Parts: sequence; C-alpha cells; structure tokens
Amino acid sequence: MRRFSPLLGIVICIAAWQIAIMATRSPLIPGPWEVALAIVELARRGLLLKYVVASLFRVTWGYTAALVLAIPLGLILGMWRRGEDAVNPVLQVLRPISPLAWIPIAILWFGVGDASAIFLIFLASFFPMTVAAMNAVHNVEATHLAAGANFGLTRMQLVRSVVLPSVLPQLVIAMRVTLGIAWLVVVAAEMIAVSSGLGFLIIDARNAGNRYDLVIAGMVLIGIVGVILDLVMRRLETLDFVRWGYAN
Amino acid sequence: MKVEISAVSHSFGAMRVLEDIELTVSAGELVVIVGPSGCGKSTLLNIAGGFTPPSRGQVRIDGEPVVGPDPRRIFVFQERGVFPWLTVEQNIGFGLFRVTEEERRRRIAHYVQLVGLSGFERSFPRELSGGMKQRLEVARALAVNPDVLYLDEPFGALDSITRLQMRRELLRIWQAERKTILFVTHDIDESVQLADRVVVMSQRPGRIRRILTIDMPHPRDLSDPRYIALRDSIFAEIGLAHHV
Repeated sequence: MRRFSPLLGIVICIAAWQIAIMATRSPLIPGPWEVALAIVELARRGLLLKYVVASLFRVTWGYTAALVLAIPLGLILGMWRRGEDAVNPVLQVLRPISPLAWIPIAILWFGVGDASAIFLIFLASFFPMTVAAMNAVHNVEATHLAAGANFGLTRMQLVRSVVLPSVLPQLVIAMRVTLGIAWLVVVAAEMIAVSSGLGFLIIDARNAGNRYDLVIAGMVLIGIVGVILDLVMRRLETLDFVRWGYAN
Repeated sequence: MKVEISAVSHSFGAMRVLEDIELTVSAGELVVIVGPSGCGKSTLLNIAGGFTPPSRGQVRIDGEPVVGPDPRRIFVFQERGVFPWLTVEQNIGFGLFRVTEEERRRRIAHYVQLVGLSGFERSFPRELSGGMKQRLEVARALAVNPDVLYLDEPFGALDSITRLQMRRELLRIWQAERKTILFVTHDIDESVQLADRVVVMSQRPGRIRRILTIDMPHPRDLSDPRYIALRDSIFAEIGLAHHV
C-alpha cells in the first residue's frame, strides 16, 4: 500500500485543483484538463521533445563544465591549506550572489544565446560544488590518513587510495544537490537569453497571447524532468563505492 | 632491546602530558601500558609510532631513532581504522603494494584465516560486527609483517564478552607470530591477563609509577591467587580501593 501513497498524493492534488476550478469558475488559472491538452498540443507540434532536449542540453554543458573544474579545484584546496586560505574568502563572497544577478554580465560577455545560459548554469553549479569538494576533504577521517601513512604510502598514493575514496560519497550527494540547482537556473536563464527550452516556453506562452495553459504545462514539465534527474542521481548513491558513506 | 623510549617528555602547549618516560621493550615481548584516562598513555604510543614527535627525548627501534610512521611498525586504532570502502580482503591487502601478486594473495588468505574471517572475504566492514572489524584491522597490520604492533585501546569499544574473546585471540595470534607488542588500555584486568610486563602510569602529567612483571604462563587462571594479588597491587598503585 505504501508504494501507492506518492501517487495518491498527486491524484488528490489534481482533484483538489479541478474542484477549485469548478467551484470558483475562476478565469485566473486553467484547469488540469486544459493543461493536459496543452501538453498534448506541444507534443503534436514537436515542441515537447525539442524544448526538453534544449533545456537538458544547456544543463549538461554548464553542469559538466562546472564539475570538471570545481571537483579538482575543491579537492586541491581542501588538501592545500595555504591555497584554501587565499581562495576561500573569494569563494564565500561570490557564492551567495544569485546566478541571475550575473545575467547582464553574461549577455555582455556571451551575447544573447546558448552560451549565456550555459555560463549561468556553470556559475550556479561551480561554487556549491567547489565548496562541497573542499569540505569533503576536511571530513576525511584522521585515523584513515594516519593508517595510510603508517603503511608507507607516498603523498600521491595517499590521495589516490585514501582521500579520493573517502570523499566520493559526499561528492555524489553534492552532485545531486547541484544538479537540482542547475535545473532551477536553466529555466530562469532561458527566460532571458534564448528562444527555446522550457523556460522560454513559459515566457513565450505568456507574451504571445496569454496562453496560461501552456505556462502551466511548462511548469509541470519542468517539475517532471527535475524529478527524473534527481532519481537518476539517486541511483548513483546505491553503488558500492559510495554506499558505505551513508548510514543505513 | 627492540624499543627504547628514553627521557621522553611531551607537552601540548602549556599542558604537560608526559614526564621523563624511560621504557625498554625486548623483541617478542608484550608490554601493556595502563593508567587513568588522560594520563598520556595514548600520546606515548603515538610518539613511539612516529605520529607525534616528542617535545623532548627520543624513541629508538633496533637502535634507529623514530622519525615518522613506518610500515615495519603498525599502529592499530580502535575498529575505526579499517577502510569502509574496501572489502575484507582489500583491507588486508591494503599495505601489500610492494609484494608480488602471488605473495599478496597468499598473505591475504593466510590472515583471513588467522583472524577467523573466512567466508567474509568479499564483505564490507559495515556488514561486520565490532569484534570482526577489530580482528580485520589486526589482520591488515599483520599482513605487512611488521616487527612491532602498537595497539591503542583496541578492544575499548567492544562489549565485555567480545572483549574477553578478543584477548584470547590476540594471545593466540601473538604466540603464533611473536611480534613485539605495545598495548595501551585503561582496563587493569586486561593488562594483567595479557602482559609480560605491565607499565603503570600516574595521572597527568604521566610518569611511570611502577613496572610489574607478570610471570604467569598463558592461559592464565583468573581465579589464581597470584593473578588476583597482581591485579590488586595495580589497583592499589593507581589509588583505587578494589571495592564498588
């Protein structure tokens, strides 16, 4: 029975939505049925797949570039005290700036287009990932490092055989959280800089004829894709080389 | 003499932890250091192991000064020391990167069996009990064939029945492999059950109050009047009446 509870929650939510629409006859929001039809319409016009793929494409590039740079940087800073002391204040100041505040700069540097959106996703993913990798190194058990040193490992061997396996569980968690942030930001970025994708769909549907059924269809699709991304990342957490790091 | 600790004193900042420790241990001897918590006995073991350079004095092994950790002398932490991301056999093989693959396999198989972990070769530490993890760590240490083992309250986190079994296991392994062992505990019974000699330390700053030779053969009878007399004399030395 428990397996059906999540589904049940969604069904109740949609039912409540429908009842509210029927009771109030409000013109301010379309009902679930109209939204479902809007999604079908998007699929017929070939836009559904096109926009989802466009958004995923931008996330993939921005997020991957961020991981490729942030993980090594964070690990190096975590192991190198003086580097961390120098770079950490800069990271801490840049980190709380919303990626959306970078939009004017992004457009100035990269113009209106994919590159701007990818740059914003990169920024949104880069700072949390760097800080997470740095902290993960700090959390390596001192006894494990001592044991490694005791067996005569060189510094490089210690990094490969003790530090890297120790940080993996925390890195995987941070990757999942960061992908969620990246997905949040792609939608916002597409509202300004591009002419495809789910974020663009929402802004475009409103501007071109107040199609609020399409607006909500866009929101629903964003939510569904976000859940799927999260589920995929959660699969990583069940792998043997990180599972040891999570309390069972 | 295998291990010579001479004139070792140590301070953490202004806090004096160890004062003028003199101790020699011969090859194959099992010496237990016992004392109240905070007396600096773990610090002494860390100094001997090369993890903490002493404020003053020196530790020599086979006449060579200790300058850092060394695979010839392995430190066994409480069960926290095993690597949770490696299986039992990978843990035991961790330090065996200088030997041939064939030798590596042979030693893993030997020590899996010696510490009674047969059938668990592919298990991860999370699937083992506390006592099994402790034995795994001992096996990992023995696999690199060190001449000295440092054990820092290795059975402290185990329940009392497992602890008794582990002492018996340790004695069996020690008799089979004849390593020099320095063992730190705050458990007086444990010290008398295991040791060739018991080093009794004072409150901080830790000094050696007395060294007792336990000349009883193993297995020791825990109701033997001599066992009880030795144990009570340590209780008296530490200043505890043996009553609850």
